[in-house]
Amino acid sequence: MGELKRTPLYEWHKARGARLIDFAGWEMPVYYEGIVAEHQATREKAGMFDLSHMGEIEVKGPDALEFLQSVMTNDVSVISDGQAQYSALCYENGTIVDDLLITKLPGRYLLVVNASNIAKDFNWLKSHIKGRVEVLDRSSEFAIFAIQGPHAEDIVAAFYGESVRSLPYYHAIELDYQDKKNAILISRTGYTGEDGFEVLLPNEYALETWNKLFQVGEKYDLVPVGLGARDTLRMEMKFALYGNDISDQTNPLEAGLGWVVKLDKEFIGSAALKSIKEKGLERKLAAFEMVDRGIPRQHCPVIIDGQPVGEVTSGSVSPSTGKNIGLAYVPTGSSKIGTEIAIDIRGKILKAKVVKAPFVPSHVKK
Amino acid sequence: MDIKALKFTEDHEWVRVEGKKAYIGISEYAQKELGDIVYVDLPPVGERFAGGDELAEVESVKAVSNIFCPLSGEVLEVNEELTHSPELINKDPYGQGWIAVIEIENPDELNDFMDAEDYDNFCSTL
Repeated sequence: MGELKRTPLYEWHKARGARLIDFAGWEMPVYYEGIVAEHQATREKAGMFDLSHMGEIEVKGPDALEFLQSVMTNDVSVISDGQAQYSALCYENGTIVDDLLITKLPGRYLLVVNASNIAKDFNWLKSHIKGRVEVLDRSSEFAIFAIQGPHAEDIVAAFYGESVRSLPYYHAIELDYQDKKNAILISRTGYTGEDGFEVLLPNEYALETWNKLFQVGEKYDLVPVGLGARDTLRMEMKFALYGNDISDQTNPLEAGLGWVVKLDKEFIGSAALKSIKEKGLERKLAAFEMVDRGIPRQHCPVIIDGQPVGEVTSGSVSPSTGKNIGLAYVPTGSSKIGTEIAIDIRGKILKAKVVKAPFVPSHVKK
Repeated sequence: MDIKALKFTEDHEWVRVEGKKAYIGISEYAQKELGDIVYVDLPPVGERFAGGDELAEVESVKAVSNIFCPLSGEVLEVNEELTHSPELINKDPYGQGWIAVIEIENPDELNDFMDAEDYDNFCSTL
């Protein structure tokens, strides 16, 4: 693996015996002990994830809100300082540039975006600037750790103070790091469906903080978790992954993200989405589970009434349910729970059925 | 399990000869490379394979891998345990993780395999 980027924790991952892979141009741990063990540890105790490859884009200026409203699908005006929001950026035709988290902080908005889309998102935002707005790509400055699981609150409170326990879901606070004021941003967010926090901090403090969090977390059975389990955890929650379930070939309405699309405001793509909504969705992202034995994978054809109607967008084992699960776009008429479908897994046509999502209950602290 | 009694292929299968029968599995090196094995597709009992044919498929969380039949012969038995406990291959690749038993058609084919020491040396070059 030649020119791959590394996070501040690369040597730690290596020393811990991580299996490293190329993810979006970064050399990242896909697992340490094993995907299944790490997945279960996160749901039962606590897991810590290195997400430092993700992007951080800052938007500020007197016209920042107006600008963001013109590009974001969600209503940015409803979040106040210390509040986060899930949102998307769309193209004119309503398909998706990226999904992201936006947090309002004093004097600025912080966008956390997918590692695979950092340059694309930054250029998209810059090329659409209106008014007195500054857009800064600060991705190279920050590391992110996610601590997720039933013990996450205990661990983060033990290290950062009891006040984090009362941090509401999708809220964030800034904390000092020694003499650096507001150097650390802690958000009660995550991609697992468990209660947890995401800690954003400058690269210089990353390794030290990671080590200290593990020291504190030891008595709570904190384990490191790689991108493999990150994927199985989010799939069980039917959280979309850009490049799989959402892309520039899908719109947020059919992806089940209508709840972050506010069509009563104008933004890039809103006209197309209004029209799509009026016509009715032709297809919908459905959750399914295998009935016959087999593991569905991305790109496996979906067969309904003997006809291929689409492809699996995400598929895997589900360690928490013991089933094999997946997500796929199916014609709207076939998207009802209980609909029998089939998946062509490497030539074998295997029975599956549309099921309710998420596959496991959410434990976030709403 | 006496690993010294096993023969190995460059595709990381092992063979244990018991008279006219050959027990087949994958090595410790292979199971470690694959990670958590979550699914095994076993061959049909009674089907005949030539050496080098695709015998079975094992799936880890992230990938699908082919197991090749090291030698020619009919499948006499398969390890049904792997259907509900595929992780046996990870936990005990040379013992409870055996995959199939092949009737040895041509004992000369056994000469092509590496012994345990040669296989170890082979793995260290990878």
